[in-house]
Amino acid sequence: MSDWRPTADFSALSRRAQLLAAVRALFAERGVLEVDTPLLASAPVSDPNIEAITTIAPEGDAVMYLQTSPEFAMKRLLASGSGAIYQICKAFRRGERGRRHNPEFTMLEWYRPGLSLQDLMDEVAAVVSLAVGTIESAHFSYEQVFVQYCNLNPHRASLAELKACARSHLDLSFDSDDRDLWLQLLMSSVVEPALDGTILSFVYDFPASQAALAKTRTSAQGPQLASRFEAFYAGMELANGYDELRDSGELVRRIRDDHLRRAESGQVLPPIDRNLLKAMAALPECVGVAMGFDRLTMLACGAARIDEVIAFPLERA
Amino acid sequence: MANYSTNEFRNGLKVMLDGEPCSILDNEFVKPGKGQAFNRVRLRNLNSGRVWERTFKSGESLEGADVIDQSMEYLYNDGEFYHFMDPESFEQFQADLKAVGDASNWLKEQDICTVTLYNGAPLSVTPPNFVELEIVETDPGVKGDTAQGGTKPAYLSTGAVVKVPLFLSIGEVIKVDTRTGEYQNRVKA
Repeated sequence: MSDWRPTADFSALSRRAQLLAAVRALFAERGVLEVDTPLLASAPVSDPNIEAITTIAPEGDAVMYLQTSPEFAMKRLLASGSGAIYQICKAFRRGERGRRHNPEFTMLEWYRPGLSLQDLMDEVAAVVSLAVGTIESAHFSYEQVFVQYCNLNPHRASLAELKACARSHLDLSFDSDDRDLWLQLLMSSVVEPALDGTILSFVYDFPASQAALAKTRTSAQGPQLASRFEAFYAGMELANGYDELRDSGELVRRIRDDHLRRAESGQVLPPIDRNLLKAMAALPECVGVAMGFDRLTMLACGAARIDEVIAFPLERA
Repeated sequence: MANYSTNEFRNGLKVMLDGEPCSILDNEFVKPGKGQAFNRVRLRNLNSGRVWERTFKSGESLEGADVIDQSMEYLYNDGEFYHFMDPESFEQFQADLKAVGDASNWLKEQDICTVTLYNGAPLSVTPPNFVELEIVETDPGVKGDTAQGGTKPAYLSTGAVVKVPLFLSIGEVIKVDTRTGEYQNRVKA
C-alpha cells in the first residue's frame, strides 16, 4: 500500500501554509508577539478529561510530559511582562483520535492583557474569517442555548431532569451522578449539532463547575458562572476563550478538585506546576483563547476529516 | 472473550451489547476541548439486523462476541434445516430459515457461502456475490430479441424470481448478482 504517503493533498497543505502566514500577519499587524515555549514539560494540566503523553527526561529517569497546551508556559511569560503574545505549536493528548482529532495537533493560542472577552470574541471572528471569508457572528449564553435546544435551564435543572433530557435524545450505555458529564453530553450531542452552521456562534457564561482556568462570578440571577466562551462554526467547536484566573489560592483549590476526581476514577495524579503557581501573583488581567489550527484549516479547505489537512496522522507518524 | 475499549472499536468488530451479538458499523469520537469525551457508535444487531446508535463514555468497554465468518459449502435442505459443511474439516452445521433469511433465494448445492457462526452455531448466511442458476419457468423466449430493453419474470431453480431479457427460455442458466437480485448475463452451457 501507499501508507508512506501523506493523507493530505498538496492543495490542502498549501492552503494550510497560506493560513499560517495570514494568521502571523494578522497578529504582527495587531502588535501581538509570537513566542515559542517548550513542548517537553515538567508538569501537565490537571484536568481529568485531558491525559498527557508521558516520556522520559533527557537526563536522569524523571517523567516528563508532552504539553497538552502551551497555557502554563505562556502565562509565565505574561507574568514576566511580555504583553500580548501568541503561539502556534504542537500539543499532544493521549487517546484523542477521530474524524476531528489527532493526538498530536496544532494549537493556535493567544493572550491579550487588558482586552475584554467581547474584544477577544471579535478577534476570534477576525482569525476565523482568514479561513472562510467574512462571516456573521452571534452570541448566546450557555443558558440560552440549553433553554432553546434542550428545553431546560442548565443551572437549575435537577440531575434527574438532565438525565431524562439526554435519554430522550440519545441511546446511552452508562449512568453517572456527575451533573457536568450530563451537561457536556447535551452540549456536544444536542446543542452543538443544532447551532446554525453558517454563522460563527459564541456560547458564553458556562457553569462555574466547568470554569477550568477562567474567572468565576455570581450572576444577578444567582448561579455561579465561569467567564469563558466557546466558538462553533460549521458544526465544529473551534476555540475556547477565558477571562483568565489570577488567584493562586483558587488555582490550588481547582487543582485539588481535579485530583480528587482523578483519584475517584483511578487516573494518575500528575505533579503540580509549581512555576505556574509562583507566577500567578504577577499575572496581569488578561483574556486568552486556544483555537484548533487544524480545524481552522479544515474550514479553509472544506475538509470533513482532520486527516485531509495534516500530512501524517497518527497511523502514518 | 476479550473486552474491547471504545478506542479499539473498529468497523466490523463483533461485540456483545445488551446480550446481543453486534457488528460495529461506525465509531465517532466526540470530545469538547474542555470536558468529557464520548463515542457515538453505530452497531448492527446480528440477530435482528437492526441498526443501533449508542453513545458511550470514552474508555467504556464491551465484551467481544464469539462471532466468526467461515467459508462453507452448502449441502442440502432437509425441509426444515439448511445444511452446510466446512470443506476442510468436513464438520457439518445446520441453519434454520431465520439464520438463512433471504440467502435461501440463492443457495445452490456445492456453492461456497459465508456462514457467520455465533457461539459455534450459524447466525446468518451470506451467499456468493454471483450465482449461476437455471430458469425453471418463464414465458417462451422471443427469438432474435437480444437488443430490446424489455424484461419478463423468470423463476429459478432455487425459487427466486428475477427479471430477465425477453430472449431467454426455460432450461437456460443465468448469472445473478445476489446483492441486488439483478440478472447479469446468460451462461453458455
